[in-house]
Amino acid sequence: MLIARVIGELVATYKHPSHEGRKILMVQPLNLDGTDRGVALVALDAVDAGVGDKVLVVTEGFGANTSVGRFLQPIDMAVIGFIDHIELLPGVS
Amino acid sequence: MILARVVGTVVATRKDPRLEGFKLLIVKPVSPDGKDESGYVVAVDTVSAGIRDRVITVSGSSARMADGCKDRPVDTAIIGIVDEVHLD
Amino acid sequence: MYFGRVVGSVWATIKNPNMEGLRMLVIQPLTPELANTGKPLICTDYTGAGPGDLIYWVRGREASYALLPKEPATDTTVVAIVDSVHLKSSVAPESRPAAAPEPRAAAAAEPRPAAALEPPPAAAPESRPAAVPPPAKGRKPSRKANSC
Repeated sequence: MLIARVIGELVATYKHPSHEGRKILMVQPLNLDGTDRGVALVALDAVDAGVGDKVLVVTEGFGANTSVGRFLQPIDMAVIGFIDHIELLPGVS
Repeated sequence: MILARVVGTVVATRKDPRLEGFKLLIVKPVSPDGKDESGYVVAVDTVSAGIRDRVITVSGSSARMADGCKDRPVDTAIIGIVDEVHLD
Repeated sequence: MYFGRVVGSVWATIKNPNMEGLRMLVIQPLTPELANTGKPLICTDYTGAGPGDLIYWVRGREASYALLPKEPATDTTVVAIVDSVHLKSSVAPESRPAAAPEPRAAAAAEPRPAAALEPPPAAAPESRPAAVPPPAKGRKPSRKANSC
């Protein structure tokens, strides 16, 4: 799973039916020091997250599918939790 | 699988109910000779690993074959605690 | 899923039989600000998207699920055409945009509402404008008949 921040929402009228009924979020994965890590991803929302939230993202198909109530659908990422806080050893980045 | 060390924990009270009761640990990949590599991943702990332990993690759909992870939204799981690594 | 833009298409006469009749598109991955990031790749297509369209695609085994009952050997499939992206540049947790008011409900009422291209007026002032130019043509629900 990844730690990411929700940075936006997408609107898509024409999409696979399994993506209906859920927010489509743009999420920016983060490094442990809070800086951006790589490119922003698109994930379906399973927990009613909003822009600005720090969230946990699952990047495997079964977990993503089932967290939004689907099965065997073309969904490979989903936001599955809110991060309250992170405890790190000192000096880790 | 990846060799990694446990460097932290994630607290997430609101999450998919199938993750209740699981510890979410932050692991950082390490090279076989013990040097930190870049990146990290949040992994479900299935072996009661602790902070600073060197561990083995599995990723992808295979992570759901880890103990207790069947049918759960897990994409990385810690499946072993490393005693030692021999390089020939 | 990954965000990008359609920049071309691919024809291949000789290919796996389970790929027969599938559109294949050249996709340029993009940042949320629509800058190129990474190399173009080839995706099979569920949506009927055309050149210039913003899209997102799914990767891995799930890419083949979009094209059931065919079981093609694809690991990347375009699954949505993106009308607009609503971004916030500052991330104070309290300041959620007053929100795309039920964008999907509005979209269901009129397939290509021009209003979806502007951020809702109640959005916080620092949100960036949606960055998508309106499509020049109307869109048919399915163009799967145009096989490559």
